[in-house]
Amino acid sequence: MIALLKRDLMLALRAGGGFGLSLAFFLIFATLVPFGVGPQTGVLATIAPGILWLGALLACLLSLDRIFQLDWEDGTLDLIATSPVPLEGLAAIKALAHWLTTGLPLVVAAPVLGVLLNLPGAAYPWLVASLLLGTPALSAIGTFGAALTVGIKRGGLLLSLLVLPLYMPTLIFGALCVVRGAAGQEALTPLLLVAGITLGSLAILPFAAAAALRVNLR
Amino acid sequence: MNSIWEYANPRKFMATSAFLLPWTAGLAALCLVTGLVWGFFFTPDDFRQGSTVKIIYIHVPSAIMAVNAWLMMLVASLIWVIRRHHVSALAAKAAAPVGMVFTVIALATGALWGQPMWGTWWEWDPRLTSFLILFLFYLGYMALWEAIENPDSAADLTSVLCLVGSVFAVISRYALLFWNQGLHQGATLSLDKEQNISNVFWYPLVIALCGFGFLFLALVLYRTQTEIRARRLKALIAQERMG
Repeated sequence: MIALLKRDLMLALRAGGGFGLSLAFFLIFATLVPFGVGPQTGVLATIAPGILWLGALLACLLSLDRIFQLDWEDGTLDLIATSPVPLEGLAAIKALAHWLTTGLPLVVAAPVLGVLLNLPGAAYPWLVASLLLGTPALSAIGTFGAALTVGIKRGGLLLSLLVLPLYMPTLIFGALCVVRGAAGQEALTPLLLVAGITLGSLAILPFAAAAALRVNLR
Repeated sequence: MNSIWEYANPRKFMATSAFLLPWTAGLAALCLVTGLVWGFFFTPDDFRQGSTVKIIYIHVPSAIMAVNAWLMMLVASLIWVIRRHHVSALAAKAAAPVGMVFTVIALATGALWGQPMWGTWWEWDPRLTSFLILFLFYLGYMALWEAIENPDSAADLTSVLCLVGSVFAVISRYALLFWNQGLHQGATLSLDKEQNISNVFWYPLVIALCGFGFLFLALVLYRTQTEIRARRLKALIAQERMG
């Protein structure tokens, strides 16, 4: 399983387009927002928490079809399925690799973009904490969605339609945590709820993803 | 009648549903006509809401059925995953568009009711928003059915989606309560509450509710029959080609 993780990370690093692209997407997204709503710092400060969370969510979403698609096309997925590693483990490792290459860089980049969007100072720790605790859920849910749609040609749009409603609770609590942090209110409760969703997703979704993979590999 | 699993046999299901269909459809028509006519023409206006209250006879039953349709799909998906009965998977597939239409009706009548009462067509209220999300879940579920060619794989994958989606739908419901305060009134149809809807409105509402329930049942039976026939037709065409 560690070899699998290493392989995925290597592929993401060397084949290009792993880290870099979703980070660049996040940057572009955050840059476009002021063009859409105007450069008034007050407006930007109020919407910054939601925009940053939405940007992270969309950046995660755009890299999802890569999780299983290439392995499926060249037959690697069949090989892994016949190896002693259980498919549940494979799904968990894939989610972890996706998080390390997409979620973690987003967490690191988010404060910088927060400065661009004039995010209030008190919100930074909450922004980093909620993204750090919330993005693993996005990766786990996304892996499940990718496993569902791996057999479908041009399943990208369908994947978004399936995954985005599942992202809703994480987004609500994550953004709420940052909003409350920015306003100096109590923000620990939504943060804990985000952590709860992440733990629940990590516990359940690898099994659901493995079930979907088994159907698709049949 | 030995066990409920007999109806997993498509032939048995077809025979029974052919018998049940006219009855459920007739009862649906009867209840709907009685409930709606009684509700629209023979109840007094609400002292605060005037005659706009009458949309309740469509709004509430369709909202209740929209949620129950998803529950029925969840149960049918579970039966398919556990016992591999094809009729069950087809019933879940058949129920999805019906449930989606009920969701749309609930949202549309809610908007029509909200405009004069709240002064707005739409408000990001927890109840309204969770219905919008339910609508999105229906869309995703139906799109997944359409996208997969192999019917067994499609049944499997949509069932998994329905199970996971149900968990997340419940989480979303409570997340939304946390997220925003609502304009929508609380439950007034509960059986155990002190303050409930007045009996004048209650009786026609219950009849309309039964009507929507029978309507759902009749539509699902009919659509499941259609699905079974479509599958038989496909098998026949495949046989022709082989022969």
